[in-house]
Amino acid sequence: MAGKTLYDKVWDAHVVRQEADGTCLLYIDRHLVHEVTSPQAFEGLKLANRQPWRINSMVAVPDHNVPTIGLEHGITDPVSRLQVETLDENCRDFGITEFRLGDIRQGIVHVIGPEQGATLPGMTVVCGDSHTSTHGAFGALAHGIGTSEVEHVMATQCLIQKKMKNMLVSVDGKVGSGVTAKDIVLAIIGEIGTAGGTGYAIEFGGQAIRDLSMEGRMTLCNMAIEGGARAGMVAVDDTTIEYVKGRPYAPKAADWDKAVAAWNHLHSDEDAVFDRVVRLDAASIKPQVTWGTSPEMVIPVDGNTPDPEQESDSVKANGIRAALKYMGLQANTPISSVQIDKVFIGSCTNSRIEDLRAAADIAKGRKVASNVKLAMVVPGSGLVKQQAEQEGLDKIFIEAGFEWRAPGCSMCLAMNADRLEPGERCASTSNRNFEGRQGQGGRTHLVSPAMAAAAAVTGHFVDVRAL
Amino acid sequence: MEKFVVHTGLVVPLDRSNVDTDAIIPKQYLKSIKRTGFGPTLFDDWRYNEPGEPGMDHSQRSVNAGFVLNFPRYAGASVLLARENFGCGSSREHAVWALTDYGIRTVIAPSFADIFFNNSFKNGLLPLALPVEVVEQLFRETQAQEGYQLTVDLPNQQVVTPAGDAFAFSIDEFRKYCLLNGLDDIGLTLQHADDIRAYEVQRKQQAPWLF
Repeated sequence: MAGKTLYDKVWDAHVVRQEADGTCLLYIDRHLVHEVTSPQAFEGLKLANRQPWRINSMVAVPDHNVPTIGLEHGITDPVSRLQVETLDENCRDFGITEFRLGDIRQGIVHVIGPEQGATLPGMTVVCGDSHTSTHGAFGALAHGIGTSEVEHVMATQCLIQKKMKNMLVSVDGKVGSGVTAKDIVLAIIGEIGTAGGTGYAIEFGGQAIRDLSMEGRMTLCNMAIEGGARAGMVAVDDTTIEYVKGRPYAPKAADWDKAVAAWNHLHSDEDAVFDRVVRLDAASIKPQVTWGTSPEMVIPVDGNTPDPEQESDSVKANGIRAALKYMGLQANTPISSVQIDKVFIGSCTNSRIEDLRAAADIAKGRKVASNVKLAMVVPGSGLVKQQAEQEGLDKIFIEAGFEWRAPGCSMCLAMNADRLEPGERCASTSNRNFEGRQGQGGRTHLVSPAMAAAAAVTGHFVDVRAL
Repeated sequence: MEKFVVHTGLVVPLDRSNVDTDAIIPKQYLKSIKRTGFGPTLFDDWRYNEPGEPGMDHSQRSVNAGFVLNFPRYAGASVLLARENFGCGSSREHAVWALTDYGIRTVIAPSFADIFFNNSFKNGLLPLALPVEVVEQLFRETQAQEGYQLTVDLPNQQVVTPAGDAFAFSIDEFRKYCLLNGLDDIGLTLQHADDIRAYEVQRKQQAPWLF
């Protein structure tokens, strides 16, 4: 019998029961909750007079709606305020742990879970947010769910699921300097396409992945969903265990040793069989910039925008034409010649301490270019912000002309006041360049934190390795 | 949940691939704490000429006459035809709520994003994946013939055109059963509460740190 993949192992350990057609009840260890996708689920529970199955599996935090400036005034938008207050009220009513606004532990749900040790290797982790794939960096099976499933997990601690297929994406060899996890994952999405991972759980492997820090692995798994895969995973190794050790929710004393012994099995067996294998040569990956309105519309920083006349598939050619039009770009334009209006460094993809250090490295001693109207840095959590300030990163950013903000999802999806105006062009470290994502009519280019900082100080996209 | 058995309805062709959930329902409307009322803001950025905000009277807004949902011939459509990877992006179930609130009962496309696909079944919306060439044929026929309707027959698992062409589709037995009966799956899962408790007892022995 063939060995098991990492996904097989975590899946098998969580199957409560299986029906004849393969539909399973899958047990959920950790349920992360935020204000946008939970109110209707809580309402459903209350209407049916149901109680959450296991309160201590849940951790809640407001993040999507929270302002990143002027927090002393609270949330001024009454609609946003009601949604956050509804989360507070629901958590209070049911006794759920919540890191409220003003708590240093508050921040983006996919930053605070790992930071608190609430995400552990081998867990099943769900949240009503597609970027829950982030937590797969810990060898956990983690994916986004809709609000009906949020209610289902609250009420039953289980999800109704069918097993996905296994895909291995192996990034072999070492990446060059200046090439980050963000560039790796954008290159992968460029390779497999935005629907390439649909129906699969992706395991990321290879030397370049093993070399990544936990922050880098979280960036990588975060964007598995942009390649169509609900779940991305990385095998557990010493890097994982070192990161988890000592965190508030991590196991202690004898439990710790027992847990580490179990976690050391969380990797694919040598003879495991994957349904699909994709290999990339790490050394050939350059810093990436998206040019269009889907994350698969990505090129290396020394590349040009594509020419729809060269595309033989008419649906694809129309897609290229529509994207170029929306983005206000011509075909065959060097991406490095494109000037920007705003810069956003933050989001569940790139707002952790390592991301801020990389951006600060570039910003240090430089100034935001005069054509850039706003360059903002939004730390992923209160604790990331505190650590960055202890390291003096805030001063570097402020001296360079960046705004230093309070934690939240911010301009990744522009549910709060941070957004692009129609036609504005942004170098963004977030995860989606969809039409209108950062504000109606706004134009988003996805890049790494270092590339975003480099664009901020030069006013256009530039190869960070040449600075 | 509303049952889905046999549905016949007017087809509207949305000739785009990778229609994402930000396009289906823009973020400003996700601030609502309700499940209803999202229909008027379905495809908001494409459907109206000016940006919209929650609380507006959407019936008073200037509509984009060039967007297919606004063509008079597609008024009252309940079958949405689209291209590959429909519903990609965020997990927001509001996208499904917007479609159903507008009156869409089924979306036909060559492929769907996983989370959107799952969410649809929880709300009586049937996402139907048909082969690319069949979808292409349906696009041609819809555009050629005003008033073009399709019949989606869930018990017999087929889509039938006005000319009588029938295309079979597959669906998980469990999902079919829930749609046909309009069942709340929480109630079904809780019938297995003893299994869940037994799993917890056994798991707690192996991995106490998880509890």
